[in-house]
Amino acid sequence: MHTRTIEILVGLFLIAGVVAALALAINVSGLTGSNNGSYKVYAHFENIGGLTKKAEVTLAGVQIGTVTQISIDADLLVAKVEMEIFSEVNYLSIDSSVQILTAGLLGGKYIGLSVGAEDEVLVEGSIIEDSQSALVLEELIGKFLFDKVSE
Amino acid sequence: MNISNKIMDGIASMGRGLLDNLAGLGRASMVLVHALFVWPQPKTSFSLVVKQLYNVGVKSLLIIVVSGLFIGMVLGLQGYTILVDFGSEQSVGQMVALSLVRELAPVVTALLFAGRAGSALTAEIGLMKATEQLASLEMIGVDPLRRIVAPRLWAGFISMPILSMIFAIVGVYGGALVSIEWLGVFSGSYWSVMQGAVDFYDDILNGVIKAVVFGFAITWIAVYQGLESVPTSEGISQSTTRTVVYSSLIILALDFVLTALMFGDV
Repeated sequence: MHTRTIEILVGLFLIAGVVAALALAINVSGLTGSNNGSYKVYAHFENIGGLTKKAEVTLAGVQIGTVTQISIDADLLVAKVEMEIFSEVNYLSIDSSVQILTAGLLGGKYIGLSVGAEDEVLVEGSIIEDSQSALVLEELIGKFLFDKVSE
Repeated sequence: MNISNKIMDGIASMGRGLLDNLAGLGRASMVLVHALFVWPQPKTSFSLVVKQLYNVGVKSLLIIVVSGLFIGMVLGLQGYTILVDFGSEQSVGQMVALSLVRELAPVVTALLFAGRAGSALTAEIGLMKATEQLASLEMIGVDPLRRIVAPRLWAGFISMPILSMIFAIVGVYGGALVSIEWLGVFSGSYWSVMQGAVDFYDDILNGVIKAVVFGFAITWIAVYQGLESVPTSEGISQSTTRTVVYSSLIILALDFVLTALMFGDV
């Protein structure tokens, strides 16, 4: 085969390799260099019950962001969850509430957000005051048994 | 008297075999060092490597893409049928992507590469030796290790990770095709569960490191078997077989070691 053709094909091969590497990084592992196009909001939970980083944040079941960091608030001694919300979703009212939910019986935890009635909206750094913790099965059973005994 | 002689012969031949193997390992290492650590001549070396990249990389592309597509599709189908029983079929993307990038892409690519490119390398170099082309090169003052072996080694190291990454991404899209288009998994959860589970450094980069190590092992074995082949038609066929058998065994053994090192404590 002509040397020129071989060179072009090898060039295409190397480009295919770079494209594959980029596709793996961005599409498969969700690696993004910068966090433009999103803003951070925070919420406190009494118990996050298995919520992990990269969990979805949803509004009416549609993903509007992801959980980026989970830490303990040293003053209040509760969990502090940092979420990144896509910047096109800029209409969430300041009195929105968040709840930790489970996808299916065995599925992962995610955060469900419900909007409130205020005109003021959530912006970078806002804290969502109204939060509901994850349901922990042992606590539920414990409460149920306690109620039964006290009857 | 007779029996003790036979025992002594047996021990002696075992020792000879061991020494032969040791000498073979030594020669193989010398070939590697000699071929890799030479001062490159930018003009000729580069075009020789490009030619070999075409031979071992571009020509292997079709078999890699087709196998990747089908393996991804099978993973999607099997994963779906298992996961749907637990009501967690949205995790199928995670299963497909993790099995591909961590394990199947490097290993299957390496096995195919050994069969497709490794055997061809051995046969080519073996025939060059049988027809005394290597000796002729030496006669006119060209180092065959530098001219023939080095570009093939480099091409093997460069092609393997590229082929493995192409295999993985084609497989992920094959899995997406089956599970999203045919089985009706919601595409948003296929991709977002996958992105939530796959880590760039832990999973993808470790997979690429595996591919580089396998590429190194395969091309080294292939080139060495070619150089060591007995210069007859039978000898070349035996060396080619040995290349494929040794490469496959080494790949699977190395894969266990690398997996234990990379993911063992997770």
